[in-house]
Amino acid sequence: MSGNSHATESDVFSEANVAACYQCGKCSAGCPMAEHMDLLPNQLVRLVQMGRFDRAMRAEAIWKCVSCVTCSTRCPKSVDCAAVLDLLRQAAFEQGKVPPSRRRTLLFQQAFLDNIRRNGRVCELELIGVFKTKAFAKDWDLLKLMEDAPLAPKLMRRRKFHFRGERVKDRGLVKRIFDRCNSIKLDLATSENS
Amino acid sequence: MDIGYYPGCALHGSSNDYGSSVRACLNALGARLCELDDWICCGATAAHSLNHMLALALPSRNLAIAERQGYEELLAPCPMCSMELLKARCALTASSDLREKVSEIVELEVQGKTRVLNLIQILQKIGLDAIKQRAVRTLKEFRPACYYGCLLTRPADTVQFDDCEQPSSMETILCALGAEPVQWNYKTECCGAGMTMADGPTTLELSHKILSNAVAHGANCMVVACPMCHVNLDMKQADIDREYDCRHDLAVYYLSDLVGLALGLDEKSLGIDRHFVVKR
Repeated sequence: MSGNSHATESDVFSEANVAACYQCGKCSAGCPMAEHMDLLPNQLVRLVQMGRFDRAMRAEAIWKCVSCVTCSTRCPKSVDCAAVLDLLRQAAFEQGKVPPSRRRTLLFQQAFLDNIRRNGRVCELELIGVFKTKAFAKDWDLLKLMEDAPLAPKLMRRRKFHFRGERVKDRGLVKRIFDRCNSIKLDLATSENS
Repeated sequence: MDIGYYPGCALHGSSNDYGSSVRACLNALGARLCELDDWICCGATAAHSLNHMLALALPSRNLAIAERQGYEELLAPCPMCSMELLKARCALTASSDLREKVSEIVELEVQGKTRVLNLIQILQKIGLDAIKQRAVRTLKEFRPACYYGCLLTRPADTVQFDDCEQPSSMETILCALGAEPVQWNYKTECCGAGMTMADGPTTLELSHKILSNAVAHGANCMVVACPMCHVNLDMKQADIDREYDCRHDLAVYYLSDLVGLALGLDEKSLGIDRHFVVKR
């Protein structure tokens, strides 16, 4: 194709076998979130095939995905659709292209990773506190801020509430692993004809 | 039998009922769980969504620890953890370049040799006959809908466990102990998993469909082998009832709860008293 904007062999998406997709739509037929998506999984794969990464990255759909992997499991051509969405999420995050309506989901994933980076393991109370505070600072939605508060005494009664979470001994190592991984960015072809 | 054990964050946190249940049940069957030294989080959905190298490195560090400690097999009762460990294992065994690169990142040599097992696989390994021999009571009052969710059987080529569309391994174990599992349609549909906090309405909707289908097919309880499924179906059940103006009233057990009850263990040591929906 002229312009050479199509996904190529060396593309990060080639491992997910996107070139093999023939648009049967089985991924979207089995997707539990399809009815809530602005673009369907098969459409996202098609955009990637065409090299229209920017359009795919800005889709709300990639943040509605619940990572159930039904799409990849049922694909008759072994396209790893779930991996395509993972790569699109990472690229959208790195390039600041997450749609405002889905920033809450991104905020949670970021808070989750920050939490592990600090502690090595998830400290639930700290994670919820940080996520809720950051989300509130963005949307000022008091209802969302407080919606899980009634669970606290119920969790306490069940000895499921821990004021102090667990931390690993070698937290320096965890930070170094994060730093090494964070220095590797996704390299998508930037040429666009969309 | 000594087994390497990777509990994962959930089993040490608000899903500690599952942790108690797995330990009590497997101890009663003669298996000793040996927790990995200073294990770290597998990264879960956040890592594979935002940083694919991190999603490989975090579980690889745990595989490296398991190798260093000499465990050939590693039990990861949380399917999120076991799937991430298995994904890393597949990637590592496929490429020596990657093994070298990841070993450097995690500061410990990793080959990806350790076999990773879920709870059902450990029970299969112990063997139905051995479990039946130790059973002291029948489970005949239980008509569970066995719910596998996503990551016990998916991605199929990575986890290579049971049938990804019609799994039946939990039913086989529970039938042998006298339970009467129901046939139903939502065995492998997603409950919303880790989106509970970020996108509450989604998990309520998906979990409501699962509970409704289980009830419609005559189940009097559900059985799961995943801490996230349990949170969404048990802890969130009151929210689901309120949102959809219904009353499912369906107790949700871990597989190890029911096997444990058959072995004569009490509800407290299995952590059943820490569930939200209680019905007998």
